[in-house]
Amino acid sequence: MSAIYKSGKEPHAKEHRIIFKNVDREGWDPSLSMYETEGGYDQLKKAIKMEPSAITDEVKKAGLRGRGGAGFPAGVKWGFLPPNNEKPVYLICNADESEPGTFKDRYIIHQDPHQLVEGMVISCFAVGANLAYIYIREEFPEGAQILEKAIAEAHEKGYLGKDILGSGFDLEIYVHRGAGAYICGEETGLIESLEGKRPYPRIKPPYFPAAMGLYLCPTIVNNVETLCHVKHILEAGGEEWSKIGTPNNTGTRILCVSGDVQKPGYFEVEVGKVTMGELINDMCGGLKEGRSLKAVIPGGSSAKVLRADEVFTVGRGDDARELTIWDIPMDFDTLAACGSMAGSGGVIVIDDSRSISWVLNNINNFYAHESCGQCTPCREGSLWMKKITDRVVAGKASPSDIDTLDSVARNIDGRTICAFGEAASWPTESFVEKFRDELVADTNPELEDDLLNAEALTAAANLG
Amino acid sequence: MSLDVPSELEKEIDERVTHYPVSKRSAVLPVLHALQHHYGFINEEAVEWTAAKLDLEPIKVLEVVTFYPGFRQSAPGKFHIRVCRTLSCAMAGSYELMESLCDKAGIDRSGVTHHNPIAVSPDGKFSIEFAECLASCGTGPVCLVNDDFHEAVSDVDGLLSHYQ
Amino acid sequence: MSEEKNDLIDVQINGEWHSFPKGTRMIEACRQVGVEVPHYCYHPKLTSPGNCRMCLVEMGMPPRPRPGDDPPEPDETGHLPISWIPRPAIACANTIAPNMGIRTESEMTEECREGVMELLLANHPLDCPICDQAGECSLQEFSVEHGKGESRFREQKVKKPKNVDVGPRIRLDDERCIMCSRCIRFTDEIADDPVLGFTDRGSHTVLTVYPGRELANNYSLNTVDICPVGALTSNDFRFQMRVWFMKETKTIDVNCATGANITVFARENKIYRITPRQNNDVNSDWMPDSHRLNFHWIESDARLTDPLVRDGDKHRLATWQEAIATTADKLAGLDGSEIAVIASARMTNEELLMTSRLVKHLGAGHVDVVPREGENDGYLIAADRNPNTNGVMLVLGLENPGSQLEAIKDGIAQGRIKALLCLQENLVEDAGFGSELLSKLDFFLTSYPLANPTADIADVVLPGACWAEKTGTMVNVTGRLQRLNKAVDGPGQTLEAWEIIRDLIQATGGGNGIYSATDIFKQLAAEVPEFADLSWGQIGDLGIPLIETGETIPLLEREKERIEKGLIVG
Repeated sequence: MSAIYKSGKEPHAKEHRIIFKNVDREGWDPSLSMYETEGGYDQLKKAIKMEPSAITDEVKKAGLRGRGGAGFPAGVKWGFLPPNNEKPVYLICNADESEPGTFKDRYIIHQDPHQLVEGMVISCFAVGANLAYIYIREEFPEGAQILEKAIAEAHEKGYLGKDILGSGFDLEIYVHRGAGAYICGEETGLIESLEGKRPYPRIKPPYFPAAMGLYLCPTIVNNVETLCHVKHILEAGGEEWSKIGTPNNTGTRILCVSGDVQKPGYFEVEVGKVTMGELINDMCGGLKEGRSLKAVIPGGSSAKVLRADEVFTVGRGDDARELTIWDIPMDFDTLAACGSMAGSGGVIVIDDSRSISWVLNNINNFYAHESCGQCTPCREGSLWMKKITDRVVAGKASPSDIDTLDSVARNIDGRTICAFGEAASWPTESFVEKFRDELVADTNPELEDDLLNAEALTAAANLG
Repeated sequence: MSLDVPSELEKEIDERVTHYPVSKRSAVLPVLHALQHHYGFINEEAVEWTAAKLDLEPIKVLEVVTFYPGFRQSAPGKFHIRVCRTLSCAMAGSYELMESLCDKAGIDRSGVTHHNPIAVSPDGKFSIEFAECLASCGTGPVCLVNDDFHEAVSDVDGLLSHYQ
Repeated sequence: MSEEKNDLIDVQINGEWHSFPKGTRMIEACRQVGVEVPHYCYHPKLTSPGNCRMCLVEMGMPPRPRPGDDPPEPDETGHLPISWIPRPAIACANTIAPNMGIRTESEMTEECREGVMELLLANHPLDCPICDQAGECSLQEFSVEHGKGESRFREQKVKKPKNVDVGPRIRLDDERCIMCSRCIRFTDEIADDPVLGFTDRGSHTVLTVYPGRELANNYSLNTVDICPVGALTSNDFRFQMRVWFMKETKTIDVNCATGANITVFARENKIYRITPRQNNDVNSDWMPDSHRLNFHWIESDARLTDPLVRDGDKHRLATWQEAIATTADKLAGLDGSEIAVIASARMTNEELLMTSRLVKHLGAGHVDVVPREGENDGYLIAADRNPNTNGVMLVLGLENPGSQLEAIKDGIAQGRIKALLCLQENLVEDAGFGSELLSKLDFFLTSYPLANPTADIADVVLPGACWAEKTGTMVNVTGRLQRLNKAVDGPGQTLEAWEIIRDLIQATGGGNGIYSATDIFKQLAAEVPEFADLSWGQIGDLGIPLIETGETIPLLEREKERIEKGLIVG
């Protein structure tokens, strides 16, 4: 069925729309009746006649990797549920979309909520969950309403609730709104938040959600995009679906481009089939007039920055090859090989008009604001990094401050309870590594020996 | 002092609480959201009302309220504006947008601190604060006015005149 | 691989292999072999949030062969090689695994510690010269060992509330707080009084007592003990004395039958502070505030410092010889049935043995102690507010302590009892003996640490040492034999009760050469079946089970449950 899109919002020729098929479609609305006109809930009807484990097998066969940031295989995650489990199992949809540079879930939720609901019902059936929550960020008030309406509609039609479509399977899905905290995107922080506590991420081990998640019961937490894919995997069959994209980087994913390009936006592409160059130059209309590329943050603001003139060596042995930034295929493995990550798919393009100090300071502000404060390195380090870059931007830093900045980041990285530590420290580590000269150029060597505030005196005396 | 919660609102809250059959404590956020939606912000009475409703110690509610920027602890203006501060929007001019909004709405942000992030216009019509990433990085600068989302904001006068 | 014999697991710590029971936390395994892992948030009696990150160590496991590769070969000791993990692990919450390796002295571990220390100190006020915690501050201790020695922090520190009254007995300095959450966990998990919490977030997080509420429960001061820094300080102890000047004495609390193990901190014969001492069979790591703070009276102006004898309407100072001789004189003409002895369940077993000798020697017809019944608080405070009722039953042989008091009152009222020796009790105020009744006696002797209305009526008043001034043993509510150790000297001419009684026995014609409480303990061991063959040294600092009473201590029972659930180490 070919879809007609709104004028000016037509998908790019290089796109492969599955998840975003109904986004920006002419005449499309988020209602159930509309959804049903194109096979809506047909996959659920199919799923409930299957063995739940067979659904998990399809997801495993598909090689679906989590679209939230870590890229962990979803089927493997489901497989972590303890065998012979007697506790209730919960499923949580992580719709806390909060990685700066990422803006895909909003469109799915606003324009195609039933796709998510159907994906969730199938996933719940597969993992044996009878209660599920959609944890949606507070800043999507309209999205929350749309989802609640969709859930009510699905309920009325028997796609949700007791004895779904006569299968004997019961499921309730509730929408749970966050309240403005990036840390709630971390799955154990999200779980604590959903339990009504401060969203302090849990230590792992022992609190792996699949074993001890919500209410200390086995819990699956998946991203919106990931759960939507489940429906399509069932439709195509895992084997067939895995042919989309590239090996080990299967399916489509939505790349969100922002920053210094002509036409920022979202593009659903086959994973690994589009390069950075194609993305920026073809799909986004290139850089702004007269500008050249300085850097790209390829997977949300916590991904390590890539410098425009870097040469990346990827692959091993005979497969080894050199890539420029333009050649990088946008997939999980290559971006990791380039020293960064595909993350959440948020690509932030930075051109030569931008001050690196300013960019890094903006990012450091974000992480200092969002650190939950539970564990020492991140609590103390994220604010410290922000304060240093505040001074760099203000011309009140000295060159050695850049060394301190880097070492503070390295004192956070790998030493915290959750991955926020890496998220907060990787930008600084990579910016200092790749743009040290530019950062140092914004400092003033004459300030090297200056005591910058009276309190530093007691600190310097190290009375401890 | 205790909060005088209208019965309609309490009914709505009670229904929300049923969404958490395993633990009432899970309903902290939805209860606070409902109260803030009605009263504009969360004060001490709202904290205690929530604690009593969910059989919690009030400190457990206060811990949550103060964690999330989404809960305001002082009264906002009639229209509360949240301007995205994070990278893509900042690159698209969100700091300038903030300045312009303050200028046009007559808001003085000089007293803004970490603990007091919201500035209110003298007439109480508008209040404003920076928010971190609103997840619409491709259409910056963006802002929320109460529950309305505005993308690629350039016409500040038009935006403000919409809320009169 | 030599693994899991009898649930023992082999773990390599700093290059040496050791065996530990399955389920042991890494930090405890290290501790058991004398390897200290620095930490702030971890406390074995509380849940482990793993938030301070000070206990990060380098950790390794046997390599996992790739499919098709040969499995790793064990070495000559039967252990597999260790593949070290590039990411450090917290030792507090992680349990050991077979063939695990832990390095606490490696470069990675040291870098982690230095890094965490620097970050902890970044916003810490470093006001050690005026901080009460100085000298016993983990932050100080570990920064000496793991600190950088210089600060690179050039920023403005985060400002937080200082000198906050969080309760009647505690003050909070939020700038010193390192957010380890021990106090919050204590109030939530142990004291069931969740009034503390964290508000705000990130580096601005503050420890807060809920507005309008107080940290006032009777266990609140335990939060001061477990605060690793000077954030929570005790109003009672604040600015009183530097900790390094004080002498520490391990002894036991006498405010109830639990006999919480405590440490008395004193300098120049003055007690400044009492803290609980860990004993997992008695009080865990805790004690009630009411008991902890009940020591200031020891310094009271009302302390008796010299023996007194009645001189008409008044008392006058006397020497011990005179006071004892006067007593002997008065008792000489009496038949045993005319003499009553009221001793105290606050006495040590040694004092009680001497009392029993005195009773036999005099043939005293009546003997009892003053009971003190209260409510069990559901935590550590026993219903029996006497510390040694079990000792009274065992040593003095009273089957039903307190049951004879009414008969003694009747005997006095009817003139059958003519002399009463009251040892370490306050009959008027604590046992309902009226002044008029006691005035009927021909002879009334009382010994007690403080002047009181009972002493007013007595013919002979003797200054008895209080619990902190004497040595001996007691048997607690669960039947545990524990040692009381002298922490300070009694004021003036004060004597321990066993000395007073010994002198009374000698003055009335008995006699034996007893020169110390430990001498008496030897006799206890020889004479009282339950004490058979025990030695003073055997009791140790933590006591030993002596008899079965069937009683339990509620707080300990709950801790046992939490240990079984794996929530705490215990």
